[in-house]
Amino acid sequence: MKLFGFRGGVHPQSNKFTTREKGIKTLPFPDKLYLPVQQHIGAPAAPVVEINDKVLKGQLLAHSQGAISAPIHAPTSGTIVDIDYYTAPHPSGLPVRTIVLKPDGNDTWQQSEGVVNPFKLTTDEIAARVGAAGIVGMGGATFPSAVKLGLGKDNPISTLIINGGECEPYLTCDDLLMQEYGDDVVDGIRIMVHALNAKRALIAIEDNKPGAIQTMTIATHLFSHIKVISVPSLYPMGSEKQMIQMLTGKEIPTGSRSADIGVVVHNVGTAYAVSNAIRKGKTLTSRIVTVGGGAVKNPQNFEVLIGTHVSELFKQCGGFIEEPARILMGGPMMGQILPGTDVPIVKGSSGVIALTKKEIALQKTMPCIRCGSCTDVCPCGLLPLEMANRSRKGDLTGAVDYGLMDCISCGSCAYVCPSHIPLVQYFNFAKGEIASRNIEKQHNDVTRELAEQRKNRLEAEAKAKEEAAAKRKALREAKLKEAEELKQSAKKETVT
Amino acid sequence: MLYSAIASLTLMGLTLGFFLGLAGRYLKVESNPIVDELESLMPGSQCGQCGFPGCRPAAEAIVEGAAPVTICPPGGRALIEQLAAKLAIDFDLDSIEDKDPAFAQVSEETCIGCTRCFKVCPTDAIMGGPKQIHQVFREACTGCEACIEVCPTECLHMDGVEITLGTWRWPKPALAA
Repeated sequence: MKLFGFRGGVHPQSNKFTTREKGIKTLPFPDKLYLPVQQHIGAPAAPVVEINDKVLKGQLLAHSQGAISAPIHAPTSGTIVDIDYYTAPHPSGLPVRTIVLKPDGNDTWQQSEGVVNPFKLTTDEIAARVGAAGIVGMGGATFPSAVKLGLGKDNPISTLIINGGECEPYLTCDDLLMQEYGDDVVDGIRIMVHALNAKRALIAIEDNKPGAIQTMTIATHLFSHIKVISVPSLYPMGSEKQMIQMLTGKEIPTGSRSADIGVVVHNVGTAYAVSNAIRKGKTLTSRIVTVGGGAVKNPQNFEVLIGTHVSELFKQCGGFIEEPARILMGGPMMGQILPGTDVPIVKGSSGVIALTKKEIALQKTMPCIRCGSCTDVCPCGLLPLEMANRSRKGDLTGAVDYGLMDCISCGSCAYVCPSHIPLVQYFNFAKGEIASRNIEKQHNDVTRELAEQRKNRLEAEAKAKEEAAAKRKALREAKLKEAEELKQSAKKETVT
Repeated sequence: MLYSAIASLTLMGLTLGFFLGLAGRYLKVESNPIVDELESLMPGSQCGQCGFPGCRPAAEAIVEGAAPVTICPPGGRALIEQLAAKLAIDFDLDSIEDKDPAFAQVSEETCIGCTRCFKVCPTDAIMGGPKQIHQVFREACTGCEACIEVCPTECLHMDGVEITLGTWRWPKPALAA
């Protein structure tokens, strides 16, 4: 198939060899599992269990709230020991409402029923099952998958792209998932194609994963509408927009979604979870996580129960060779800095990376020399240097005019900058600031309307009072007049 | 030559003067349109935190240059930016210190249900009835502190907004050394 390519991109050292050949290991049951109610984009889930409740594996712990949300399930059987605020796996280190589960070690599944022939189900039925299983985008975006599976109802979807790009250095979780569970992934893809009513599915895998390409080609050879495509290894290949551009040559217009041009992208991990949810009726209780980075003694991949503390994973890898300078959740390019290791693995955690001081290579920021390297590598065709200048000055409108909202925060610009300017950090700051100001503006609009309503109400009240007073006065005068008239007529009568 | 010039200039002056007079009468503007525009941007709660009796006097002062665009605390940065854009002032948003937004909060132990606070609230952000504990709607509170002054039991206090995962933002990277 013809590949179209996308502009820019960088080639960071992939370092995938450290974990690729070691397979997927399992972990012993951790002492406790910490399950944040917010592991997805959208509204947080609402707990339905109480402390001391006994739960079975796969049982619902917190139900989804609203259209864009996802439920949380028990990753294993055990007892709920606490529902309180614990540190979130997030750079802010802020607390998040968390359900704490103490495993009983039996790992007893709750009764669940799969569907024998999922191709008889309608789109809504599949989306409902996927939603109820708590499946979110497993590549890290954590957008509720059920919502994305229903997109075919409004827009005709021609292509379902399965993202096996895994362009982030160190990460091999998708690679190993495809190699070890290729048939289940393909089954999930077939179900998703059916739900979306798509014509074809393309599994895009970077050419640095020959094992996965081979397994997937064999697994799909019976299905002519599913094709495995080997794409060049180039960061950020795994980004939705870039992946679509590479395979279809189409660019998503600013402010639109991929479904608007007839394409939906799902991660391979999501396909695997969908297969499990539909065929076996199993809710999302675990995921594959890469533990990597130069500071880890024996990096490898694990199938991890959601809610396991990051520290347990590092412990299983033999600890650290040297004190890590930075611990990340996700890949080293776009991953989130963790506040510590006592935070849980969540549904979107593709990896935990402990980097050495040498690897992060912090260097002093120098002034911009306008070399244009950032412009060359920007996969979105933006001018990072101009956007950064404006963001730094606080001129957010100017930054938006230069395309800030089209920036995918991939960090390629900061990666190549010879002056070590924290370009992508400026963009993240500016995007957050814009979001804050929008919220502030909305709040002001609401209060302005309320103030106006109050003013009108007070005026109406005053007017009503005045009218009532006038009415009373008129009534009183009329009565007086009547009395007067009565008096006069009485007088007249006495006179006559 | 001289007379024709005088005549034409006089004629021009008279016609233009006539039209100007007409325009002055029929296109008369009741008030300064810029003040109207600024007022429509402002919160409109007439809370008086700026030191002016209401939003309109504040807008007038800003237009006259007697008050800075940073005068309105409930408006925040978003309002400052809009005002500066409207007045074409090149304003460095970095130079202002953000006053952290705050909300009124009722202490349930000391509220006697006197109803005074919600009568003065400019945005109807307080709900309650006589002899019932009152409650503040955070979404509607502008943090103007009007209620605090009238409370006889000092049970109202201002609470800072707690930063949550949803409202946390990346800080600005440190400047180049």
